[in-house]
Amino acid sequence: MSKTILTVDDSRTMREMLLLALQEAGFHVLQAEDGLKGLEVLQDQRADVIITDINMPHLDGFGFIEHVRRDSTHRAVPILVLTTESDAEKKNRARSAGATGWIVKPFHPVKLVDAIRRVSA
Amino acid sequence: MDSLRQIFFQECEEQLAELESGLLEIQSGGADDPEIVNAVFRAVHSIKGGAGAFALEDLVRFAHVFETVLDEVRKGRLTTSSNVIETLLRSADVLSDLVRVARDGGTVDDGRIRTCSDELAALSGVPAPAGGAEEADEGFDDIGFTPVTVALPVFDDLDISAEPEGGTEYTIEFKPYPSLYSNANEPVVLLRELSRLGEVTATCDTSAVPNLEEIDPEGSYLSWTIQLKTEQAEDEVRSIFEFVDGDCELTISDASGSTASAEPVDDEIEALLARVRGEVEEAPDAIREDNNADAAFGSFGSSNAVMGQLEAVEAMQAEQPKPTAPAPQAAANNLVPPPAAEKPGSPQPEPAKPPAPAKNEKGATSEAAQTIRVDLDRVDRLMNLVGELVINQAMLSQRLSEAGLSRSSEFATGLDEFEQLTRDIQEGVMAIRAQPVKSVFQRMPRLVREVAAATNKKVRLVTEGEGTEVDKTVIERLADPLTHMIRNAIDHGLEKPEVRVANGKREEGLVRLSATHRSGRIVIDIADDGAGINRARVRAIAEEKGLIQPSAQLTDEEVDNLIFLPGFSTASTISDISGRGVGMDVVKRSIQALGGRVSISSRPGEGSTFTLSLPLTLAVLYGMVVTVADQTLVVPLTSIIETLKPKPDDVHGFGGDSRVIGLRNNFVPLVDVGRELGFRSQAADPGAGVALLVESDGGGHSALLVDAIQGQRQVVIKSLEANYGRVPGIAAATILGDGRVALILDVDAVVAGARIGNLGQEAVLAMAG
Repeated sequence: MSKTILTVDDSRTMREMLLLALQEAGFHVLQAEDGLKGLEVLQDQRADVIITDINMPHLDGFGFIEHVRRDSTHRAVPILVLTTESDAEKKNRARSAGATGWIVKPFHPVKLVDAIRRVSA
Repeated sequence: MDSLRQIFFQECEEQLAELESGLLEIQSGGADDPEIVNAVFRAVHSIKGGAGAFALEDLVRFAHVFETVLDEVRKGRLTTSSNVIETLLRSADVLSDLVRVARDGGTVDDGRIRTCSDELAALSGVPAPAGGAEEADEGFDDIGFTPVTVALPVFDDLDISAEPEGGTEYTIEFKPYPSLYSNANEPVVLLRELSRLGEVTATCDTSAVPNLEEIDPEGSYLSWTIQLKTEQAEDEVRSIFEFVDGDCELTISDASGSTASAEPVDDEIEALLARVRGEVEEAPDAIREDNNADAAFGSFGSSNAVMGQLEAVEAMQAEQPKPTAPAPQAAANNLVPPPAAEKPGSPQPEPAKPPAPAKNEKGATSEAAQTIRVDLDRVDRLMNLVGELVINQAMLSQRLSEAGLSRSSEFATGLDEFEQLTRDIQEGVMAIRAQPVKSVFQRMPRLVREVAAATNKKVRLVTEGEGTEVDKTVIERLADPLTHMIRNAIDHGLEKPEVRVANGKREEGLVRLSATHRSGRIVIDIADDGAGINRARVRAIAEEKGLIQPSAQLTDEEVDNLIFLPGFSTASTISDISGRGVGMDVVKRSIQALGGRVSISSRPGEGSTFTLSLPLTLAVLYGMVVTVADQTLVVPLTSIIETLKPKPDDVHGFGGDSRVIGLRNNFVPLVDVGRELGFRSQAADPGAGVALLVESDGGGHSALLVDAIQGQRQVVIKSLEANYGRVPGIAAATILGDGRVALILDVDAVVAGARIGNLGQEAVLAMAG
């Protein structure tokens, strides 16, 4: 049973990159282009792990994580945030919002899969 | 990877456009709108993110410096004064160049990047990186955790059965805080990860678990002591706990006794602990309110860490194993107390149900529904078919009226509806090809900045009607003429700042670029508030170049139009801005090639306005159907100014075969279309025909002599070149309602052909004096 990963990122490039890397690793992938769309997807689908960007229009990563953590259905889903090394402060904020871990961009597919493994049972 | 690159660069274009329009909005007072500032920041951030993935280091480096400044703006620490905005706009240009170079190769002026980087760095107060490493890890020490830097292999490849030989034995004390659970981290996963590094023996301390009624559903009561025998360095061990750093008490010590106190128990943690204790103490009240145990469990069930812990503890008590077990197998058998092995809220650790493919598609299509990419060929094919449909419908109508059916018959009304539907379909298909002129307009701000800088003028560009739509082909071919006209407007139209001030004008010149729809055409104005056309000078130049006779009397309008004549250039020295060997004649010709017209209106001291009027599509044309020597021709309506019935007295022979026609105190050349096209050898009798006054290349007027006018109609353009071959004087062909093929006249070519051997328009103008 392959795990389902929801990727939330406003950059088409990043979404495609995640899609390629995750499908290659055998995951089933759901996509959303911002936090609001991400919540929409979660209304009728489940994800085993969520990967989200921080800077997005409509609802940013912090807001998205906070919403997911307040949702009784999805609050226990591990959430990885995509950050760059310079986003140290954002990483902290994301953790306060409820992020489980993080993936540093640009990521190597191996690191991506590694990070997912490290948060999912 | 190539398709990814393509997506990336497409996205870059979008982000660059967003960036520029955002910056321009901020410039015109949108700085207070956080959404605009955010969008601008995101655009650069996105480009940087993607560029990093493709290892485009120059791009990443510059985007980073740029982003840092935008972040300052976003946080309100940097106000967007006009200087700042100018730097940001210039930076957007540099970024755009870097993207282009990354995509197409070539080089960017290093000095320019350097200068721009330095300016940005000066704004943000952070020195620009000198190159090489993207950015220092500054500021990481004080935040307590570092990014993933270990290169762990994919876990399948990791040989976990390897017996550690003479490795180190670590003792790990691990006590999660509630925040660890609330962020969806799980001790069991961490134990599993540890077991990959070597041999693990874990002991779970359950002593802190209170009585059921005192349990805080969100609390954390279990802690572990783990013995790990591994060859891996301590950093590797520590990296397992990277994500939970700060969410647990962690001490890692090796057998030699040296304790690496992982978490200096600082104030923050003390505070956290106090909070946790506070919550634990408060919790029983919350639970006691609910005497019903089931109800209490129900509330656990919604989600909490304790649920998992409780189950783990119960399992341990039931099975009576020592709380210690070798971990590798234990992890596999779920023997190690898995405090939250079962996800709160989702009883099964397995995904609850197989993801439904249909629903998955929804995620993908929700975005796709808004735009689809279609091969242009397909649209053109459809367009062509609709063209056939229009012709067919016209033929049917004609047959019907020939059959003598009354307009009120059912056939006729049905046909009317058919006609309406056909038109709707035609418009619908044309709308697919239509695009807002924004894509051309948005290239202009940069151009304006560059020309302004090169000419030392201050210019403000105002664009209006960017959403006005027109056929894609028209848009593509608009870019060059517009670029040239805007260059001209700044270089020739606007005065130098000191001259403007001396004339009581604002120092900053204004160039207004606007688009609107007017009677089935798109009208684009390029207006400046400069000095206006210097008519005396234009005239002098035209005389000097032999374009007009010194004695010619010209109206202001005619003088203005001289600048469109081939070989005319007002710049005494070819500046590197407007020069480039392209005159206004080329602009005019390229607009005419699109079925458009250019006109000027200029007022001395107040400025000039160039107006382009273009058809919305190149697929259909409104034309006048005329008869010439028993042939049916179509003359584009856009070039016809008026039709007149010449009186024999008005026509004068003028050397050889040339004739002119007198028209309101003026003479225009009379072009015998039948002779020009070789339909007949004898000159037609002007008195028996109709003259179409047309405007042709260079703004001159001519009268086309045809035999009769059949009517006006919309015709579908069929390329003659594609289907037959190029014919001089003929632009294209069409099929009329009765099925006959009619040729569409190339007015300019016919007029130019008639001019050969004639004295031409200049002579006429001279004679008019």
